[in-house]
Amino acid sequence: MSRLIRLAPEDNVAVAASTSAPAEQLLLDGLTLTSRSAIPFAHKIALVAIPADAVVIKYGVPIGRASGPIAAGEHVHVHNIRSDYVNNQVDFYDAPATAAGGEP
Amino acid sequence: MTMLGYARADGRKGVRNYLVVAYLVECAHHVARAIATPFEADGVQLIGFPGCYPNAYAQRMMEALCTHPNVGGVLVVSLGCEQFNRPRLLEVIEASGRPCSLVGIQKTGGTRSTIAAGRAWVEDALAALRRQPRVPMGLAELVIGSECGGSDATSGLTANPAIGIASDLLVDAGGSAIFEELGELFGCEQHMAARARSPGLAEEIKLAMARATRHYAALDQSSFGGGNITGGLSTIEEKSIGAYAKSGTRPIAGLLRPGIQPPAPGLYLMDMVPDQPTKWGFANINDNATIVEMIACGAQVILFSTGRGSVVGSAIAPVIKIAANPEMYRRMAEDMDVDAGRILEQRASLPEVGAEIFQLIQAVAGGAPTKSEALGHQEFILGYKSFAPLGPSCLPV
Repeated sequence: MSRLIRLAPEDNVAVAASTSAPAEQLLLDGLTLTSRSAIPFAHKIALVAIPADAVVIKYGVPIGRASGPIAAGEHVHVHNIRSDYVNNQVDFYDAPATAAGGEP
Repeated sequence: MTMLGYARADGRKGVRNYLVVAYLVECAHHVARAIATPFEADGVQLIGFPGCYPNAYAQRMMEALCTHPNVGGVLVVSLGCEQFNRPRLLEVIEASGRPCSLVGIQKTGGTRSTIAAGRAWVEDALAALRRQPRVPMGLAELVIGSECGGSDATSGLTANPAIGIASDLLVDAGGSAIFEELGELFGCEQHMAARARSPGLAEEIKLAMARATRHYAALDQSSFGGGNITGGLSTIEEKSIGAYAKSGTRPIAGLLRPGIQPPAPGLYLMDMVPDQPTKWGFANINDNATIVEMIACGAQVILFSTGRGSVVGSAIAPVIKIAANPEMYRRMAEDMDVDAGRILEQRASLPEVGAEIFQLIQAVAGGAPTKSEALGHQEFILGYKSFAPLGPSCLPV
């Protein structure tokens, strides 16, 4: 079973300690969560449902805003969150589920 | 651990004794490179400014770099018609007590004769540098700069917080640490302001961050994209909070600009965002642009964290590369000095890796080559910028 890391108690996302497949049971602090999509190594997964425009919390601080509703267990990345500062991520976005070890 | 350094007339000490060949315009670049290349293994390095039109920032940077504690002597290579203030640069280097000379390509008679004249001077100067003794050096005499490049979502989990621990250890020992890249500190404004030494400095930090926000918005760009996204980072805020971990936990003593040295020990934030209105391009066109700016602030050693796997080093200061991502480390170990990804695989703790980095800083300062040094990396880049003077609360008195 793959391990998740929650960096601060108030976080609504966790970090994947290894790449996991869709519908995999993931372990977090003794609890399990089912992934709704593939989660590459070091990417984020929603721990709870995050409504559209709600802040995404990691390290205990806002790291952006949901661009649409995000379900618990979903991969959280540039396809469903945006920056409150300079939102240039879409220009560079290539493949949604590339593993952290991939190219570039 | 006893460190040995090279004593300089201004009281600072170098952890290297490089001879720098500095070109003053791109038109002199080839000749300068041809002079330096045969002596690469002897510690001769190439730096320079490509522009023809004068720029106060570039002048300050070149003066600071040519009188950096890791630099023992300087050969300036000029075409002859560029607008760089040569007399001023030579005056500053000579006043620092370093061996220094200028070769002018137009005056000397062209490419071949200038290369010959330059190499002859370098040979003599190297013989003098080799005779220079090393003297004991303490942690309080060290300035480190920290940088991250090729970041992924592991950078903020392993390498960056480990660098923060090493930074705290150095500051507690009376040394100085510089962190930077305002464009990678979005969302950290209030937290940084709360760590400022004085209310005046807190205001200066907030103003600098507001200016950075306008700068990047005006360019419709941020220091984010490509491999950051593939590696799991989704926004500049997420990258920023991970990058901010490099600063550790100590109070912020002051706000620097490129080329301005810390006047007292402690932790400093370097503001590298040019002033409004934007006259000259991006604040940080690549990692080496900000590395060279921290070196110009006096950093003798650079800590560089990377998740995706950057291979760069730098001219003038050794770069210690800290791999954040364990998978990348296994693939690129020949370029990496520290494997901080062990933290993620539960093979080491964060304090252990922090202490390892702190020990490595001292070993490298004592003369041990870093991976990038041993591989011959000497990246250097300097472009145009424009800065207003620092506000009165920015530096400790």
